[in-house]
Amino acid sequence: MIKEHYVNWVVLAGLSVVPLWALAVDEPFTITLATRAVILALAAVGLNIALGIGGLVSLGHAVFFGLGGYAMGILAHHAQTYTALELGPFSIEGTKSMPVIWLTASVTSALAALLIGLLSLRTTGVYFIMITLAFGQMFFFFSISWSAYGGEDGLSIYVRNGFPGMNTLVPFQFFGLCFAALCAALLLHWRLRASPFGLALNAARQVPQRVETVGLNPMRLKLLAFVISGAVTGLAGALFADLNRFVSPTMFSWQLSGELIVLIIIGGVGRLMGPVIGAALFVMLEHLLGGLTDFWHVWLGVILLLIVLFARGGLLGILTGKEGPHV
Amino acid sequence: MSAILIFEQVLNGLQFGVMLFLMAAGLTLIFGVMGLINLAHGSLYMVGAFAAAAVAGYTGSFVLALVAALAAAACAGAIVEMTVIRRLYHAPHLDQVLATFALILIFSEGTRWVFGSFPLFLDIPDYLSGPITLPGGIEYPFYRLTLIGVGIVVALGLWWLTARTRIGIQIRAGENDREMIAALGVDISKLYTIVFALGAALAGFAGALVGAIQSVQVGMGEPVLILAFVVIVIGGIGSIKGAFIGAVLVGLTDTLGGIFLPEVFKLFMEAGAATQTGSALASMAVYILMSIVLIWRPTGLFGVRA
Amino acid sequence: MSDVVLSTRNLKKSFGALKATQDVSIDLRAGEIHAIIGPNGAGKSTLIGQICGGLRSDSGRVYLNNQDISSKSTQERARAGLGRTFQISALAMEDTVLENALLGALGHSGNPWRFWGAASRDTDLRDRAIEALVRVGLDGAAGQTTANLSHGQRRQLEVAVALTLSPKAFVMDEPMAGLGAEGSKEMTGFLDKLRHEAPILLVEHDMDAVFSLADRISVLVYGQVIASGTVDEIRSSPEVREAYLGEEA
Repeated sequence: MIKEHYVNWVVLAGLSVVPLWALAVDEPFTITLATRAVILALAAVGLNIALGIGGLVSLGHAVFFGLGGYAMGILAHHAQTYTALELGPFSIEGTKSMPVIWLTASVTSALAALLIGLLSLRTTGVYFIMITLAFGQMFFFFSISWSAYGGEDGLSIYVRNGFPGMNTLVPFQFFGLCFAALCAALLLHWRLRASPFGLALNAARQVPQRVETVGLNPMRLKLLAFVISGAVTGLAGALFADLNRFVSPTMFSWQLSGELIVLIIIGGVGRLMGPVIGAALFVMLEHLLGGLTDFWHVWLGVILLLIVLFARGGLLGILTGKEGPHV
Repeated sequence: MSAILIFEQVLNGLQFGVMLFLMAAGLTLIFGVMGLINLAHGSLYMVGAFAAAAVAGYTGSFVLALVAALAAAACAGAIVEMTVIRRLYHAPHLDQVLATFALILIFSEGTRWVFGSFPLFLDIPDYLSGPITLPGGIEYPFYRLTLIGVGIVVALGLWWLTARTRIGIQIRAGENDREMIAALGVDISKLYTIVFALGAALAGFAGALVGAIQSVQVGMGEPVLILAFVVIVIGGIGSIKGAFIGAVLVGLTDTLGGIFLPEVFKLFMEAGAATQTGSALASMAVYILMSIVLIWRPTGLFGVRA
Repeated sequence: MSDVVLSTRNLKKSFGALKATQDVSIDLRAGEIHAIIGPNGAGKSTLIGQICGGLRSDSGRVYLNNQDISSKSTQERARAGLGRTFQISALAMEDTVLENALLGALGHSGNPWRFWGAASRDTDLRDRAIEALVRVGLDGAAGQTTANLSHGQRRQLEVAVALTLSPKAFVMDEPMAGLGAEGSKEMTGFLDKLRHEAPILLVEHDMDAVFSLADRISVLVYGQVIASGTVDEIRSSPEVREAYLGEEA
């Protein structure tokens, strides 16, 4: 039985060593793969705040991923076409500055999470699952029919956005930015979990009636967790769109929402590095199995089923021999 | 914007609605009786459609195709219930979501492996095709009218089943208190398998019927599944009546929204922008309806479980 | 009475055709333990729900220190000074004993919106939590996971969490539930001293505890209070004998 602590550091180290090695042997594709894993991990870390601590089974987190992506796409599109975005009386200039884009992506996603959360947190868990799934579809169909930004075909951004002081076109530098963002999110999760807010939220997941009878409001706790969670996943969406220099309605798809939850469960739900391990494994499986067969999703399904039925704690559960939070 | 066009669209909305009802009824029964949220319902819809298309292609008989759809979906449902679903009844919702999501992956890719990536075609049989003249001189596709009829018949059948038969009573009692009916000697496992297979059959049946007017392809079930969830949220979990009314509301909102919203916008926008905005908003109409219901009645219009 | 801390007036709640509570008016005075007894199905759980906020009454009022809390939510009532314990321990099983107590302390502070510093290192929260644990005798087990506690220890923790709130009145739902002879004796001794801090509305089945602790007893049968008085009065009441104690003896 290995201590969770050690596993965490090993994973983080691995995630930074692999791209360094790829840099040394000049394998930019591996760096891209690692970046993809890191961004998906970031999206899942966001979800894990709501899911792992708050117990909110959000099947619509792709909403925030997509909103982040489109925030980037829309701003960069207006910048690269030298047009301004007309929003009623406001004329917004586009931008290709990552910090501004990231802020916009996070805030937009946070606002969406606030609205969706207000609507869906008023009743029990099953409604929440269905409603979040439904809102994902809503954005999906809306983005398909809104042709101003590509509709079904999506939106291409010709040049990667810029970050002050860095050359983001260099794969390793962009990886570094994404990795830094992931570390920041992990730090946020860690501190949040240990804080009074985290204590209350974690209790709200397990015994909401107790939380009420000590004078706290479980719904408000969960709502805030959902908003923070949405903001982090939104940031990941912006990064993802930047990685691919492309944003499309598929970023809102139910498949993506499902994949985010799958990532977390593979690694270990509710645990700090669960999403990171899950994302790394998922990208590896996608690359290796996907290369072997076109139908690798069948195997993913089988693995997932086995995990749910027999190894509920995910990889971290197996390695540490201890059960994680019961979500 | 003629009255005829509006009437046609109302009928289209009804047709869409009753097909959604077939999906939603199964889902709400399964949740109401077993407390299980089932994402694989869309896969069962797809299985029904594929079975129908395959059998129709082989035998040329639409009736046989429908029977095949019912049988295949019911069997698939029963097998899945006995191997996987059974272990999930007492599991947290997250487990149910993940396990049934895994089933979606297995079913979808499995179907793609067997049938390939290209859509199959299921033809409307001759005796059901072509327009029929309704009172008032309106011409409407006979097949779609049949679907509306079938949907209403199924709704009545389900009502009769739950209100008048022994199994129906067991189902309704099970919805209220699972431990109690076990204590009363009802064979729970068998009841659950039957309910699941029934829900699956309804889904497969819907898949086959709709497969004749749209294409039969992998992934056809999930958009319908998600809309069925919207129906349940609106109608209330566990209520078949809620599922029917919710489904009709959703069907009408989606169809009529697509027609009327662009027209409404044309009143104060120029045609191009109006169609754009209107269609985009129409794509959201159903979800806006869901949101309104949620604000007003968080547990749906006829919600049984609070 | 000026020393009435908690009272209800004509509380009524029906579930469809089932009248769970009908016209229940009871009060709890400072320094006393008022026990509510009655056969199963008498409406005791419903009554607790109506008092503490989990159930919305059809009609009737609830007052805490002369303040009408009838339309307040559960959390508002807790903040107003109601300390509740559950019949089936409502504890965060994955968390440690200390963490459960910290939750109570956090509730008492009224402000969970702190995101950076560790909850276990916040001195105010920690002091209050440990003090409660010491009082019930669980401070030695502070670092243990709640799921690993014995049933008796969980019942103690249940009380400790209520203590952290420094409530104006306790509403306790069968605190003796599942405790053996030893545990019941300890809990009885503890509650006996606790009444001076804040009065206790005690729903209980354990008659030994009730008769040794209660200043007053109210008997609830089919949702109605059929008798209310001192231990001796209730013991000798023929209606109570017939409705309740008779079946037990």
